[in-house]
Amino acid sequence: MAERHLEPDTPELRERWGNWSFNPAWKAKADEAISHYPAGRQKSAVMALLDYAQRQVGEETGTQGWLPIPVMEYVAGYLDMPIIRVVEVATFYTMYNLVPVGKFHVQVCGTTPCMLRGSDDILAACYKRGMRKGHTTEDGMWTLTEVECMGNCATAPMVQINDGNYEDLNTERLDAVLDALVAGETPKEGTQEPGRHTSEPSGGPTTLKEMVTENHDYRGEW
Amino acid sequence: MLADKDRIFTNVYGYQPWNLAAAQARGDWDNTKDILAKGPDAIVEEIKASGLRGRGGAGFPTGMKWSFMPKEPPMDHNGNPKPSFLVINGDESEPGSCKDREILRHDPHKLIEGALVAGFAMRARAAYIYVRGEFIREAETLSAAVAEAYEAGLIGKNAAGSGYDFDVFVHRGAGAYICGEETAMIESLEGKKGQPRLKPPFPAGAGLYGCPTTVNNVESIAVAPTIMRRGASWFSSFGRENNKGTKLFQISGHVEKPCVVEEAMSIPFRELIEKHCGGISGGWDNLLAVIPGGSSVPLVPAEQIMDAPMDFDGLKEVGSGLGTAGVIVMDKSTDVVRAISRISHFYMHESCGQCTPCREGTGWMWRVMERLRTGDADVEEIDMLHEVTKQVEGHTICALGDAAAWPIQGLIRHFRPELERRIAEHAATMKEAAE
Amino acid sequence: MPKLTVDGIEVEVPAGATVLQACEAAGKEIPRFCYHERLSIAGNCRMCLVEVKPGPPKPQASCALPAADNQEIRTDSEMVKKAREGVMEFLLINHPLDCPICDQGGECDLQDQSLAYGRGGSRYARENKRAVTEKYMGPLIKTVMTRCIHCTRCVRFSEEVAGVDEIGALYRGENMQITTYLERAAQHELSANVIDLCPVGALTSRPYAFEARPWELKKTLSIDVSDAVGSNIRVDSRGREVLRVLPRINDDVNEEWISDKTRYQIDGLTSRRLDQVWIRKRGKFQPASWDEAFKAIAKVKAGKKVAAVAGDMLDCETMFAAKALLGAMGSKLIESRQTGMDYDVSSLPAVNFNSTFAGIETADAVLIIGSHLRSEAPLVNVRLSKAVKRGAKIFVVGPEWETTYPATFLGSDVSVLANLPAEVEQAMSGAKRPAIILGGGGFAAGAHGASLALADKWNLVRDLEDGGTWNGYNALHFSAARMGALMLGFVQKGGIADLVKAKPALLFALGADEVDFTQFPDALKVYIGHHGDKGAHAADIILPAAAYTEKAGTYVNTEGRVQFADKAVFAPGDAREDWTILRALADALGVSVDFDNFAELQAAMVAAVPALGEEGLADYGADLPKGELKASGEISYPIKDFYLTNPIARASVTMQRCSAELLHGEDLAEAAE
Repeated sequence: MAERHLEPDTPELRERWGNWSFNPAWKAKADEAISHYPAGRQKSAVMALLDYAQRQVGEETGTQGWLPIPVMEYVAGYLDMPIIRVVEVATFYTMYNLVPVGKFHVQVCGTTPCMLRGSDDILAACYKRGMRKGHTTEDGMWTLTEVECMGNCATAPMVQINDGNYEDLNTERLDAVLDALVAGETPKEGTQEPGRHTSEPSGGPTTLKEMVTENHDYRGEW
Repeated sequence: MLADKDRIFTNVYGYQPWNLAAAQARGDWDNTKDILAKGPDAIVEEIKASGLRGRGGAGFPTGMKWSFMPKEPPMDHNGNPKPSFLVINGDESEPGSCKDREILRHDPHKLIEGALVAGFAMRARAAYIYVRGEFIREAETLSAAVAEAYEAGLIGKNAAGSGYDFDVFVHRGAGAYICGEETAMIESLEGKKGQPRLKPPFPAGAGLYGCPTTVNNVESIAVAPTIMRRGASWFSSFGRENNKGTKLFQISGHVEKPCVVEEAMSIPFRELIEKHCGGISGGWDNLLAVIPGGSSVPLVPAEQIMDAPMDFDGLKEVGSGLGTAGVIVMDKSTDVVRAISRISHFYMHESCGQCTPCREGTGWMWRVMERLRTGDADVEEIDMLHEVTKQVEGHTICALGDAAAWPIQGLIRHFRPELERRIAEHAATMKEAAE
Repeated sequence: MPKLTVDGIEVEVPAGATVLQACEAAGKEIPRFCYHERLSIAGNCRMCLVEVKPGPPKPQASCALPAADNQEIRTDSEMVKKAREGVMEFLLINHPLDCPICDQGGECDLQDQSLAYGRGGSRYARENKRAVTEKYMGPLIKTVMTRCIHCTRCVRFSEEVAGVDEIGALYRGENMQITTYLERAAQHELSANVIDLCPVGALTSRPYAFEARPWELKKTLSIDVSDAVGSNIRVDSRGREVLRVLPRINDDVNEEWISDKTRYQIDGLTSRRLDQVWIRKRGKFQPASWDEAFKAIAKVKAGKKVAAVAGDMLDCETMFAAKALLGAMGSKLIESRQTGMDYDVSSLPAVNFNSTFAGIETADAVLIIGSHLRSEAPLVNVRLSKAVKRGAKIFVVGPEWETTYPATFLGSDVSVLANLPAEVEQAMSGAKRPAIILGGGGFAAGAHGASLALADKWNLVRDLEDGGTWNGYNALHFSAARMGALMLGFVQKGGIADLVKAKPALLFALGADEVDFTQFPDALKVYIGHHGDKGAHAADIILPAAAYTEKAGTYVNTEGRVQFADKAVFAPGDAREDWTILRALADALGVSVDFDNFAELQAAMVAAVPALGEEGLADYGADLPKGELKASGEISYPIKDFYLTNPIARASVTMQRCSAELLHGEDLAEAAE
């Protein structure tokens, strides 16, 4: 939760991003998003477009992506809205990265439910790898952020790394995930507890046991 | 214990596919047309009769909320009728809450069908499902389910063959707890910062784009089709008077087996924990306190919660609330001051910054809490902190100020001796060091 | 008309009124920071909390709550007191204690209200106050953002009034920061109004920084002369120096705003001043005495061959005195349209802004012919943007400019008026309150007749369904002196060309700096004015006179609104009030005029033109002459540089800086102090 700030608007930044635009794939998604709102309300799509822009920048930089000022200006132009309103949105919502990030953005939930189940250990394991909150490691691999509750409380503690959640962590399980990522593998998302499926009680559900093995239709029992 | 046949979210754990075919095999989208054929008013009446109260935290009667929507559309400046909107609140961000996530990723068709039923009942032309930004996979699943439903003609033009046109759109958030507040959500949907609006006007009069709007929690909407199928009396057969139905409970923290589980309302805390969570870590004697309804509600000490019925009234009686039924359990190993301080940090982080008491007060409260955590404070500051929470509570535009104040008030109410002990201990250490 | 009680006092307020307004109606003062009558309601400062029954058991923000029948409001209860004290404490915990070095000191809402609601000491002593980096907002607005209390008045002003979305609140929670985009200078003509709006010292006046404390200043009620709007201003002075200009509230004219030029051209009042008499000898100006100058003027023996041109910022009294002097000499060669315009002035309603500024807000279709409103009359532009918000359609004939509302440009040649697109015809003929605004560019391009023809065709003068009347025909002048001159008959049928034709031997240029003086090669040119600008450079003799802050006088704005300004300070050096110079010239030239003091001058003027004796709208009637629709001519706008339109502004370092930085993009941004 490092204090957020905008990356300074420098000639180098303009040089690098000044001519940025959506590629056809993201443009199609952007136009699709705009079509979800009534005519003249295209501004509603600003959150989606900023997300897409960040993702395209991510693809172009091999990271999670971020929002350089010229890219925000492009989005403002795309939606015909004042740039200051776009910057307000980008700085208000925490998922928009305002500065460059690493290849993997490790977001450790530190709020009370995760804290009660050991998020301190998770953060410590991250520190051990050289990560620092609010910073990107020198090799450009990791950016560490302590985030607020991610809504995975029954499978705490958890981290979200780029788009994937890794839950039921302890130090070893986290290390396994991070090692796999470094190795270019795609670790299984979700709970890392062997034998656990999702948010059922560990060791097997106490309810709806039929569902484990078949798509049971309970209507016959109504 | 609630029988499996009476559970609404049968695929809550996602053992089976979320897709349309599987959902239909479980009973979703089963002749939805017949439900709509009852007419909007009959649906609203049925939901009212079921006793369903909003599952997002405030517990406002859902049917009554729907009935606030205009039957005749208001006119805009140019004399054209304004459309009405249903906004579905999937911005699940309250610490301790993780139920909507399971609906979104494992039972999305219940939600989409519910959107049609509820949207039809309130004469809305479309539903926007606002999913918190961090639910990335969940939004992917939901979007795919929406596409399936369009493909199958269940939503869109002549939705489910009802003759009613109804759209469903997924709108992703981008990291802001406050967007779970209904007017902040509307602002966010309009492409702005999620800053709550002043009320009045209320959303049912002027909400999204100035049009009549109702904002409902994901769970409230997703249970609607089942209630319509099985009848109000079935739903209201669970739970105590004024606290009807079934409910997704989410138990986190110091239990043997944290989980999400659908249970009957009013289930006693002890039963909930024993049946589904394998008990308290280290046994019941090791229970310190419980935050029973998500971080916004005050904690309840062990002895008061153990046999409390888990419902709106039962938890109100012990000075707390059901909230989202996100049950955070703390055993005696917990640094309870830190646990609450971390919640204070959460509210500081999530304050939108719009109004004075919350913008300035949440930071102040957290800073004092951090000093109380280490004991680096004066005893008088406990009362001062309490007073500051009172200066925030009830003075803000939205309820985030209240939510930031209550956990601290709960801590002071129940753990003042602990706070004083830390202060004394710290003072003693300092004195020792000085000598 | 809801009836309610406030602290037991029964009040009845108009439907739609807020509880705050009801409290004021009951004589109860409600503290507030974010609330402002002319901005949308934000309800964010929470200072105006009151207790309301029926209602939830917590205080309500009175600024946002509609007043309703049978409400019982308490502003004096314990709950209210505690709530306000609580909010005040929160506002102060992160507000620096730098009042002694803050320019807002003495006129700070936070300072004032902390007296009433503040605690004796801080309970936030163990924590550090928040520090916020300064934000550059341009040459006019000085920022100390640590003082900001996040009321968002400035954000709302720039969006809602100025129509330029350039200030925003970035980040969130206690890190929320008010800033312009990338800390660029605020870029519109009304930007400095946020200084007045800021309830604390976060946004203060950069040119006025550390100049004075409010209690040291003499406050004089005056009228602005930088355009023809006639903004009501307060001139704050100390000794002989004008230190600042602030808006006065006048809902009919400038509401509560003034343009940046109105506010900041004043440092030009102390530079390039003409403060002594000069006579050109062998091509060079030499200092001289009044006596020598008068003798030199008399020596010409001009007789009737004397002419006078009035400048753009003149008061009516000066013009009347000049007219009287020339009349006594037997000449009627007087003109005020310096640049040579010769439109028909036989009908005053045909050259007046008849809808009034307040009225134009209610127009539903407006055709602008040859006016760059933002630079010629920024406050009228604000009115127009309000009309647009109510649904008005705007069309513009003239080169494109950056409007602050949606507008359709139809081309820049006035010939288009005879052949308007169907869309325009439809909108104008279908409108209930159609209006035309003819600007200086339109007059110059010969569109006056065509605009009158359209006024006739579209029935711009009409009775309304509600029983009122509507006159949608509007001339928008730029010169503060224009309507006064037209009322005084300070014009020729053929414009300045008539003066040229008469080959005068003596030409008085009264603050006239835009005249092409080479047209008068044979005349002795006497410049009577206050700045060493273009007019003085072309003159043979310079007689130093008073600027608008240095004399009392009557002005008529482009609506035909007669307004009176007081004298704030004395003119510098040997400079004299203009009328006294003209009075002395009468003696020197051996003619007599019938006034010996200002009161007599005014009396004579009012006797000649009675409407000038009464403040308020002059009644010109609504008879518009017919005009010829066919016209042609390319429109160009008279103002090339908003900040440098008159000699005072051109002498102003602040205006020069605005011009360089804001219009010409020179990078003068300095690191925030």
